[in-house]
Amino acid sequence: MGRLVPDPTAAPATTWQSATVERVAVETYRAKTFTLRLAEPSPFRAGQHYDVRLTAPDGYQAQRSYSIASAPDDFGRIDLTVELIPDGEVSPYFHEVVEPGDLLEVRGPIGGPFTWTPDLAGPLLLLAGGSGIVPLKSILMHRGLASPDTPALLLYSARGPEDIIYRKFLDSAGRRNPSVAVRCALTRRQPPGWIGYDRRVDPAMLRECIDELMTMHGNDSVPLSYACGPTGFVEAAADALLSIGVDEATIRTERFGPTQ
Amino acid sequence: MVTRGFFGRRRETPPRPIPPGQYLERGFPVLTAGPTQRVPLDQWSFVLVGAEGEPLGEWNWEQFRSLPETEIHTDIHCVTKWSKLDTTWKGVTIDDLLTAAGVSDPSPYLMAFSYGGYTTNLPTWDVLEGRGMVAFEFDGQPIAAEHGGPARLVVPHLYFWKSAKWLRGIRFMPQDQPGFWEQYGYHMYGDPWKEQRYWGD
Repeated sequence: MGRLVPDPTAAPATTWQSATVERVAVETYRAKTFTLRLAEPSPFRAGQHYDVRLTAPDGYQAQRSYSIASAPDDFGRIDLTVELIPDGEVSPYFHEVVEPGDLLEVRGPIGGPFTWTPDLAGPLLLLAGGSGIVPLKSILMHRGLASPDTPALLLYSARGPEDIIYRKFLDSAGRRNPSVAVRCALTRRQPPGWIGYDRRVDPAMLRECIDELMTMHGNDSVPLSYACGPTGFVEAAADALLSIGVDEATIRTERFGPTQ
Repeated sequence: MVTRGFFGRRRETPPRPIPPGQYLERGFPVLTAGPTQRVPLDQWSFVLVGAEGEPLGEWNWEQFRSLPETEIHTDIHCVTKWSKLDTTWKGVTIDDLLTAAGVSDPSPYLMAFSYGGYTTNLPTWDVLEGRGMVAFEFDGQPIAAEHGGPARLVVPHLYFWKSAKWLRGIRFMPQDQPGFWEQYGYHMYGDPWKEQRYWGD
């Protein structure tokens, strides 16, 4: 798979540990970020996830995987952003019950190809659909701290302005650094005067993004593409990249199944 | 450790037990590390390769579809925590492929390999005696490309990452070797009932 070469040191930490909830932040009307302090911290790579296990008094357990939103540079702490699925089982628990001071059982980090480390360089084409922004935010943050000259363009597709997670971070990341561009596609509801994209991801949109990234970058290095989001978004984004001639070996994907 | 304030919302009781840590899923989530492979049937073929790299058999689509067909009804379990009950797959069992190739004593391990470069390792025993097939139909329809069509491996008693999508062939091996996810720390065997998700489980 070309650049998708597994890293033999990437074995996940497979034992469950307790983590203390330090902070709960409201991102949008249906996304909250939980900052966890790990009892047994281990390094992770931007793009990886943790498993969370909840146990009821009768022993019944539910497990889910959540991507890490924070950068690996904050050792010992991880941010997990959880999107509320109203008829779900674990995400409503996070949204309605979890508060600072709670203990949660977690294990990780987990996840292989959908990761970025500074040695992979760039330029980076980050394609986020909905809550698929979470691991890409980790990558973008880590890039800013560990490799600020690596050019990156984030294309974020969301339904409407109220669905945009990490708005403050994205606004300042795009404005502060000439090697970062943030583009947004609002597919259903656009605010008055919206000048971003107003349609779903397509080949022409990705062509423009790649051209912009190449202009920022000023040389011919092939971008590394990371697409994350619901299946429909990732399928459309990956197919569109292939259709405009992007080498398959440079495309990494992470599809979110429905996670209740 | 009991989680404060968590009682579980078992939305429906499974009609039969599902493996620990799994939940019931009605849809069919798609999880793949790269773009969906789209392999035209006239360019598709399937190969069996021996432990020394020697070809044991190769079938184009027409030849493959003339092999004996088997239908199985089974539950499937994904390492990402969902289980889907009562799926129906039609395909050619590995037993029938080996018979067609005239192979009677394959090496003890195998590496399934796919269009697009995916690999996953299995003990050969786990795909024999009807336990594994190269499937081309799911619930009565050709398998969609995002679910691994034209043909995918189906080994339902192991986590579903072992059931390689877009299957290109099977290479037999004298010793177990890790495939794609296995090199990333996923379990070498992957028994959902023992919750063998990652190394050390």
